[in-house]
Amino acid sequence: MTLDLSRPTLRDWLLADSPASRTQARLGRAYRASLALLRNPLAVLGALIILALLVLALIAPLIATDPIAQDLPNRLQPPSGAHWMGTDELGRDIYARVIYGTRITLEIVVLVAILAAPLGLVIGAVSGYFGGWADRVLMGLTDIFLSMPKLILALAFTAALGPGIEHAIIAIAISSWPGYARIARAETLTIRRAEYVAAVELQGASALRVIWGHILPLLTSSLIIRVTLDMAGIILTAAGLGFIGLGAQPPAPEWGAMISRGRSFILDQWWVATMPGFAIVIVSLGFCFLGDGLRDVLDPRSAERR
Amino acid sequence: MTPLLEVENLRVSFPTPRGPVEVVRGISFTLGRERLGIVGESGSGKSMTGRAILRLVRPPGRVAADRLSFDGLDLRSQSEGEMRRLRGARISMIMQDPKYSLNPVMTVGEQIAEAVRAHARMSRRALRQRVRDMLEAVRIEAPDRVAKLYPHEVSGGMGQRIMIAMMLIPEPDLLIADEPTSALDVSVRAQVLDLIDDLIKRRGMGLILISHDLDLVARYCDRILVMKEGEIVESCPAQNLGAATHPYTRALLAAAPRLDETRAELPVLDRSAA
Amino acid sequence: MAFEPETAIVATLDEVASARRQRVPGLRILFGVGLFLLTLALTFIGLLAITFFIGRVVPIDPVVAAVGDRASKAVYEAAKAAMGLDRPLPVQFAAYVGDVLRGNFGVSVSTGRPVAEDLARVFPATLEMATLGILIGVALGVPMGVTAATRQGGPVDQVIRVVGLLGYSVPAFWLGLVGLALFYARWKLVAGPGRVDIAYDGLVGQHTGLILVDSLIEGNTDVFFNALRHLTLPAAILGFYSLAYIARMTRSFMLEQLAQEYVTTARVKGLPERLVVWRHAFRPILVPLITVIGLSYAGLLEGSVMIETIFSWPGIGNYLTVALLNADMNAVLGATLVIGAVFVLINKGSDALYRLVDPRAR
Repeated sequence: MTLDLSRPTLRDWLLADSPASRTQARLGRAYRASLALLRNPLAVLGALIILALLVLALIAPLIATDPIAQDLPNRLQPPSGAHWMGTDELGRDIYARVIYGTRITLEIVVLVAILAAPLGLVIGAVSGYFGGWADRVLMGLTDIFLSMPKLILALAFTAALGPGIEHAIIAIAISSWPGYARIARAETLTIRRAEYVAAVELQGASALRVIWGHILPLLTSSLIIRVTLDMAGIILTAAGLGFIGLGAQPPAPEWGAMISRGRSFILDQWWVATMPGFAIVIVSLGFCFLGDGLRDVLDPRSAERR
Repeated sequence: MTPLLEVENLRVSFPTPRGPVEVVRGISFTLGRERLGIVGESGSGKSMTGRAILRLVRPPGRVAADRLSFDGLDLRSQSEGEMRRLRGARISMIMQDPKYSLNPVMTVGEQIAEAVRAHARMSRRALRQRVRDMLEAVRIEAPDRVAKLYPHEVSGGMGQRIMIAMMLIPEPDLLIADEPTSALDVSVRAQVLDLIDDLIKRRGMGLILISHDLDLVARYCDRILVMKEGEIVESCPAQNLGAATHPYTRALLAAAPRLDETRAELPVLDRSAA
Repeated sequence: MAFEPETAIVATLDEVASARRQRVPGLRILFGVGLFLLTLALTFIGLLAITFFIGRVVPIDPVVAAVGDRASKAVYEAAKAAMGLDRPLPVQFAAYVGDVLRGNFGVSVSTGRPVAEDLARVFPATLEMATLGILIGVALGVPMGVTAATRQGGPVDQVIRVVGLLGYSVPAFWLGLVGLALFYARWKLVAGPGRVDIAYDGLVGQHTGLILVDSLIEGNTDVFFNALRHLTLPAAILGFYSLAYIARMTRSFMLEQLAQEYVTTARVKGLPERLVVWRHAFRPILVPLITVIGLSYAGLLEGSVMIETIFSWPGIGNYLTVALLNADMNAVLGATLVIGAVFVLINKGSDALYRLVDPRAR
């Protein structure tokens, strides 16, 4: 055997079979995952769409006019050079409204994720780690929520809380955490029996420390996949609530509510309802593509199945 | 007379992010109507060799060879349909663990009958009789009752005899047995191997016995190939195994416990031995 | 809309796997049935608790809703006592459960009729649409999923994947609007909103409430074909959502199966690929597929809320939306409860069926 004296490249260091440090292992894993992700054209497309969503939300004032400014003489104009997507029944520029709508969509998606994911994560991890009665009670509750149709649950909650985007967000969060709790519990159960958890416990670590330091970090990747895949559903539910009139209230440029307004003109002024619909489809698809790609790459179970 | 199977420079590779990795690296051997053993540790490429002969290496795995011929037929140039007519009917394979290799939702009888029906048309009654005969040939009592069972209802040893029945019922010329006993209880291993041995001798078939167990292969085979990291490192008649020269084979032999053991500690395989 | 019960399925499969391991008949089966009924009852109580919570504890004060916010304190208290709202919450909950068990969901403010009566009238319309939808979904989704799995990674797989993901990304109400604009208004291929044309309305009596069946019972083919033309578009849209879900699940089940050793065994035997796929790989997934189809069917009830609004379909979804907009809480809770109950029943029922059909679980 000859000794390879050439200097290892960064790539070799990242792809090393036996990483020398934790950081190297982590970076290597991230590098391998992103390589695999880059080979999946749909996932790349999804990532680009979400990136575009972020950028558009950020620079909306630079590229679009006031989304609320009415211009009654120019109402219901078809798409043209001046109004790329036409104008609505109050003469507002639909392009500007669609662009500003990204902010509302982003707000909903981020807030729901922040509310629902940690809640589900903690409930699932506690349930799986302690088992016994804690598990039975928490999972019983989770299953009851899971066995109910999500949209109906969200509808009923918003109806009770009253219309409004904050209430819609709370209602959607309430109806989405159980899915995360289920996943977190299932994964915790497998990790719980691992030798290294037993080792940490033998060293006298408290339950809180084990869950926080050794279980939650391992749950994040499957949770990220799940949340990404759920985003489309969250966007659709929010748009649905807006469409029915229970979500964002006028004059906010929320896509679902815009479709609802355009409903009366669908036959003659098709663009009013159609344009925001395309926006919803594109953004939801973006999250689906990325989530699907992430799952193929990060979820070892599905990777084994080739 | 042409040999049953000729393999020359067979290579099997799988792509990885760091380029293709070869699991079989250019092996060559020929086989007549005899019993050939392929031994090696797990990962030595012996199972892939068996699957490559049947052309059942799943993509993205790739198979290449200078020559791969069975009974004068070039296996590399056969169409998928022609391969299908060869599989089962002329070359067959017994797999490792009946728990996974038998279909859980079909009865044992259906699965055996299907192996015949894939290659021959016959009446329902003749088929049933043939299945019954075959089950008796693998020494299963009450074949009619067993034929109606589902795989989870039979023991591992019986499952493997069912597997043998299924693979021998179309009367193939070559049988590949891939670790046929490693998933079984020690107590039934010899029975199953004796059964395979008896059936292939009686039918004058060729056998490739793939195993990690050197002793077992030495007992049931005429010739032995020792594989290591995708290459054949030793090839010798079974009775000359004691005189094997390659250090890896010697190491494998030394690592096996003996009945008249006098050593206090078994030597561990030294993997730096090239 | 959000047809995403994948986690529910994961849970189900785990449970079945553990049930499969215990293979003692008789007592186990009895125990299983008992456990099944118990979880069913508990889930229903949970469902009631949620609707009760939504109805009584959240900000809208039902007393104010009844007497108006200008009523005097005395009138308010009297009304509160009359409605039983001065009692402790557990007592109120017990009374609520009792009412629901007797089929008493209260009176709808918007229709002035008992909610139970309203629900019985609108439910068949939804059932008819969802049933046609699931038939379309299964007929197309299963073959699509199998095809995608056998060509994993190829162009066909990618196309089916995108179609499947579209089912998770296209808002049902928008698809309904666009569908109406194109297929009804522009191309005149299908009939417009409603179950039948106004001219045919009320021509056939209510036997089953399913207009296709009722018109056949009375031998009125005009009504039958008219109703079919009305049903086609909304059912096809629902079918699209269910095929997206069914195709995705079928694909992932099939990929798992195709990697099994016994599929290799089938190939070693020299079976044609068609039999390898449909007999050896597909047959074992039939059972989990039943669960998926059940969940998808239940999901269509949910999806019908949006579709019915667009198509002015006099079903439970439309009833629910109208009630929501009028803050008609009795009707909202009644409809939620019924949809939830059907959801739970289908969910748990397909689970039970699973255990009956799988030879490994018997």
